[in-house]
Amino acid sequence: MATGVLILLWLLVAKLIIDSQESIFHFGTSFLTNTRWDPTRELYTALPFIFGTLITSAIAMLIGVPLSIGIAIYLSELAPPWVREPLSFVVELLAAVPSVIYGLWAMYTLRPVLVGVIEPALISLLGWTPLFEGAAFGIDKFAAGVVLAIMIIPTVASVSKETLRAVPDSQREAALSLGATRYETTRIAVLSYARSGIFGAAILGLGRAVGETMAVTMTIGNANMISWSLLDPGQTMASVIANNWGEASGLLLSSLIEIGLVLFFVALIVNVIARLMVGRVLKAVPMTGGGL
Amino acid sequence: MSSYKTRKLKNIIASLLALGCVLVALVPLISILYEVIARGAPAISIEFLTQRTKSAGEPGSGIGNAIVGSLLLVGYASMMGLPLGILTGIFVSEYGNNSFGRTIRFFNDVMANFPSIVVGLFAYSLIVTVTGFSLISGSFALAIIMIPIVASTTEEALKMVPNSLREAALALGVPQWRTVLKVILSNGRAGLVTGALLAVARVAGETAPLILTAFGNPFWSTSPYEPVAALPLTIFRNAMSPYRDLQEQAWGAALVLIALVLTLNVTVRILTMNRMTNRHKAVKRTWTTLRSSQRT
Repeated sequence: MATGVLILLWLLVAKLIIDSQESIFHFGTSFLTNTRWDPTRELYTALPFIFGTLITSAIAMLIGVPLSIGIAIYLSELAPPWVREPLSFVVELLAAVPSVIYGLWAMYTLRPVLVGVIEPALISLLGWTPLFEGAAFGIDKFAAGVVLAIMIIPTVASVSKETLRAVPDSQREAALSLGATRYETTRIAVLSYARSGIFGAAILGLGRAVGETMAVTMTIGNANMISWSLLDPGQTMASVIANNWGEASGLLLSSLIEIGLVLFFVALIVNVIARLMVGRVLKAVPMTGGGL
Repeated sequence: MSSYKTRKLKNIIASLLALGCVLVALVPLISILYEVIARGAPAISIEFLTQRTKSAGEPGSGIGNAIVGSLLLVGYASMMGLPLGILTGIFVSEYGNNSFGRTIRFFNDVMANFPSIVVGLFAYSLIVTVTGFSLISGSFALAIIMIPIVASTTEEALKMVPNSLREAALALGVPQWRTVLKVILSNGRAGLVTGALLAVARVAGETAPLILTAFGNPFWSTSPYEPVAALPLTIFRNAMSPYRDLQEQAWGAALVLIALVLTLNVTVRILTMNRMTNRHKAVKRTWTTLRSSQRT
């Protein structure tokens, strides 16, 4: 029965490859290098969506990871014991909110804030770079990145917090006894010790950002093109599938499945790396009856 | 070496920054809960909860069919996913102390973090190509998402059962399969229940795989071979529509969905609160968050 998990995984890969055959034979490697997506001429490609996925995930990591590390440091090193548990629980509640509700919230609550405050500020500050060209519209790659940042916080923060808790107290005591302040102790003795675990936590967050569909589909603006400006609409691998599904058939359908296949391998690699890094750290914690 | 004062100041600034991070993270959570309640509550009425979805401008539209559809989807998914997940968990916990067991556990964890839209694609090419968009294909996709969650929570629950119980049963000459069935399972029952609840909470909010499989349906439908409505699909379609009344219905549906999902999550936390030591609890909870976080 347990082999079911492995069989399912193999079946999944095999089935996706079989169903994307048409597109694989038709486009070959140009599917990954062609920049134009043109349904009227039956020209399909994955590159604009790989690009979109990379850009939105990068924004999410840039905003979400530092915030999560701050949260982890507060919860593990600074918070008084009685707020630790309830506060961790509240942060983790962010993970329980369905992503379609994140999307709804981003469309109607976050968007006015982005259009009114944040994006004009970014334009006046960084408008001279190609990254922030254009007008503040609130439905663009930047908005999708911000929502993704919020969505990866519970994952990255709670795993980072556990790796910080797993740092032996002797590390902290040594630094404190040398006269270091709390901040110096955390920086020198705790963070450097837990570096690989925090890195693993960030990769786990990346895995989540890469595959996220609904919140991105609802905020990114759905434009099948490559543009460097974060204020332009875009499309990710996951959102292009969700957006074109209803009416897809023939070569388009097979191309979408091939994009799904690419997404599968990206997610597989990211998740395997994350699992290896995080598993090693969290496994050091003694559990009854064997490891996790 | 900077002076004591600047070091002290740096310490205070860093502490405030860390606290600031926590507060920044709480803003979206509070805002989401507030908005969903404030905008969703006015939409809720008996009619809204019992009528089927109608097109924009038509009076008396509701989400009754979506609620029934969601219940059916999650129900069928549980029938497929729970037994498979529990059996996988039992295997890994009781018979999996070897390289094969470790491989299964590893891929199980990898699968738990997988993009659900890929699972939707799989269900599409396996089932929708045969039956068309249907309730059964949606449940199949949701079941695949449930398996890794249920398997890992089951495994952890069974690991909590003290080894002395296993030894006692085996020493009495009870065969291993009976030990598992009568002794281990009945002791780990509470853990199995929480795992099942978590998995249900997780798939109740899944949207992406349903776009590819269940598709949505404005009418009442309970047939396994017909497209079916679901709460997350209703939220998605209505939110993307340009009509104000449909958007209001999206908020109403969001309130129903979030109430359901958060109730399940809080129940699980309360159930697991007193079972373990603090350290243990924290680590376990981290894994639980990882496995059960909404990821559509």
